[in-house]
Amino acid sequence: MKFPYSDIVLEHFRHPRNVGKIENPDGKATEGSPACGDMVSVYIKVDPKKNTIADVKFESYGCASNIATGSIITELAKGKTLDKAKDITWQEASEALGGLPKIKAHCSVLAVEGLRSAIQNYEERHGLVKEKKPTTEEVVRQRLRRVINPLTGLNVVRTNLVKDISVKDGTVSVLVDLPGDHQFANNIKDEIRERIEPLWDVKEVVVEFTE
Amino acid sequence: MTGLMMVDKLFYLDNAAATRLDERVLEAMRPYLFDTYAVATSEFGYSQGIEAREALDEARAALADALGAAPEEFIFTSGSTESSNIALKGVALALGKKKGKHIIVSRIEDFPVLHSAQALEKQGFQVTYLDVDGEGFVNIDQLRDSITNETILVSVQHANQEIGTIQDIETISSICSEKEVLFHTDATHTFTRIPLDMKKIAVDLVTVSAHTIHGPKGTGGLYIRQGTQITKWMDGGFQEFNLRAGLENIPGAVGFAKAVELVTTEETKRLQDMRDRLIDNILARIPHSTLNGSPRKRLPQNANITFHFVEGESITLHLDMRGFAVSTGSACFSRSLEASHVISGIGGDHERAHGSIRFTFGRYNTMNDVNAVVEALGEIVEELRSISPLGKSEEQEEA
Repeated sequence: MKFPYSDIVLEHFRHPRNVGKIENPDGKATEGSPACGDMVSVYIKVDPKKNTIADVKFESYGCASNIATGSIITELAKGKTLDKAKDITWQEASEALGGLPKIKAHCSVLAVEGLRSAIQNYEERHGLVKEKKPTTEEVVRQRLRRVINPLTGLNVVRTNLVKDISVKDGTVSVLVDLPGDHQFANNIKDEIRERIEPLWDVKEVVVEFTE
Repeated sequence: MTGLMMVDKLFYLDNAAATRLDERVLEAMRPYLFDTYAVATSEFGYSQGIEAREALDEARAALADALGAAPEEFIFTSGSTESSNIALKGVALALGKKKGKHIIVSRIEDFPVLHSAQALEKQGFQVTYLDVDGEGFVNIDQLRDSITNETILVSVQHANQEIGTIQDIETISSICSEKEVLFHTDATHTFTRIPLDMKKIAVDLVTVSAHTIHGPKGTGGLYIRQGTQITKWMDGGFQEFNLRAGLENIPGAVGFAKAVELVTTEETKRLQDMRDRLIDNILARIPHSTLNGSPRKRLPQNANITFHFVEGESITLHLDMRGFAVSTGSACFSRSLEASHVISGIGGDHERAHGSIRFTFGRYNTMNDVNAVVEALGEIVEELRSISPLGKSEEQEEA
C-alpha cells in the first residue's frame, strides 16, 4: 500500500500523543483556519519555578498532517522552557515527523502557532506582554510570514509573492504576484485575510493579484 | 509509504472517479489492438482498414442507439472533459458572432463545463451561473428569467458528480426549446443508469463517458442533434464527421459499446440497494451525520454524507489504511486546496464540505462492502471526534 505520508506521520496520526483538554490550564489557545478548515486547540500547564512547560495537550479538527503535527509538537514542547518552546518552528516539527508534504504546510503550521499562542496567552495573563501596537506595513509583513505558498511550502514573503503592502485608515492592501486564476489564488487570498483581519485596528483587508 | 500495514481485502467505493475494466470489455477490444489495428480507412481503402471502419461504425451505432439517436449524431472523444469542451466552445464559436455571447450553466457543474464557461468568460462571453437549492436542484425560475435574445447555450448536468442530485432536464429542455436556445447536458454519471432518450427529450448535446461504466479510460462521446450549429476547433483530419480531428480510438470505441451492452437494469437496482443500505445504516448508527443531496431524485450509485466535527481527509486516510477507497469534498483533499464548490453551492459551510465523504458503487461491489465500510466508519468517526475540539459543548450536541 502507498500512503501520502511518512511512516512517522502515519504513526502519530493513528496514535496521537497528549490528546485532550487540561482542566484549568495556565495557558490555552485555538488556532483555526476556515480557508483550510483545520483547527487546533493547545492547553499548557506551566511550572512557574523553572518557567517550563510541565504538561501540554492538544485537540484537532483537521487533516492527518494537522493531527500528526499537534502530536509531535506536544512531545517536543514538554519540559522545555517557555522561550525555547516558543522557538520551535514548523521545520523542526516537520523534520521530527520525517517530513511533511509542502502542500500541507499551512494545515500543520497551525499546531506550531497554537503552542506559541498558548504560551502568549499564559504570558498575557501574567502581565508579561507589552501594549497594543498600531498596525504598520512591517506588522503586516511579519504576519504574512505565516501564510504558506502551497506550491513551495515556504511563506509568501520569503518567496517574494508579496509585491506590495499598504496600510491606510484601517484598510490593509496586499498585492500578490500571481494570476487571479492561479490554482491557489483563492486559498492564498483567504489565508491572508485570516492573518490580517484579527489585528485590532484593521477594518478591511484587500487582496489583489498582479494579473 | 509502504510496509507499515497490510490489509486483507480492498474495498473500492470511488466508482464515480474511475471503474475497474470488465474483462468482457477487454476481450471485445483485444482484436482491435492486435489484429485489426489499422486506421479506419474510407470504403476504398485496404481490407484491414475497412474492417476497422466497420467496427467503428458498429460501435457508433450501438452508442447512438443507447441514446435513441442516429449514428451521425454521435462522435467519439477522449472522455467527458473533451466532450463538454467541444459542446461549450464549439457552440460559442459557431454562434458567438451570429447570435450572442451569453451562456447559462449551473453553479455545481463538474469542472469540464464550469471551467469551459470560465474560459469563455475571459474571451468576452457573459456567463450566468444558476443557483441551486439545498438539495442541489437548479432554480428553474432563474433559468427562465436568465434567457435573453443573446443566449446561445444552456448547460445543466443530468446528475451531479458529488451529491448525485438528478436535475429535471425534461423541464429545462422544454424551456430551452421553447426559447430556441441550445441545451447541453453532462450525462457522465447517468448514462445507461438512468433513461435518456433523444426521441423523447429536446436535448441538443449530451456528454457521455466509458470510464464510469467499467469501460476503458480515455473514451467518451458527444451526442450532437442533427442540425446543431457547432464549430470544430481542434484542427487536423476529417474524422468524426469533421467535428473531432485525430486518429480514431477504435479499441476504445468498441470497448465503450461493449460496456454499454453489459449494463442492465437489474445491476442498477443492485447498486441502488447498496446505496440505500449504506445511507440508512450510517444515518441510523452514526450520530451527527447528514445526507448531502436529495434523498429521492438521486443517482442510484451515489451516497454523500457529512460527518460533523471531523475532517474528511482524516476519514479517508483512516479508511485507506483499512483498505477502503472513497473521496471527500474537503479542501485538504483537493488539488486547489479549495473546499467542494458543490457543497458550498447547496449552501453548505466549510465544515459541511470538510466532513463530507462520497461513496460510489459499481459492478464489483457487494452488500458485504457496505456492511464493512459502515462498521469501519463508526469506529473512525468516533475516534476522530474524541480528539476534535468541536462538537463537545451542549450547544453543538443539540445542533
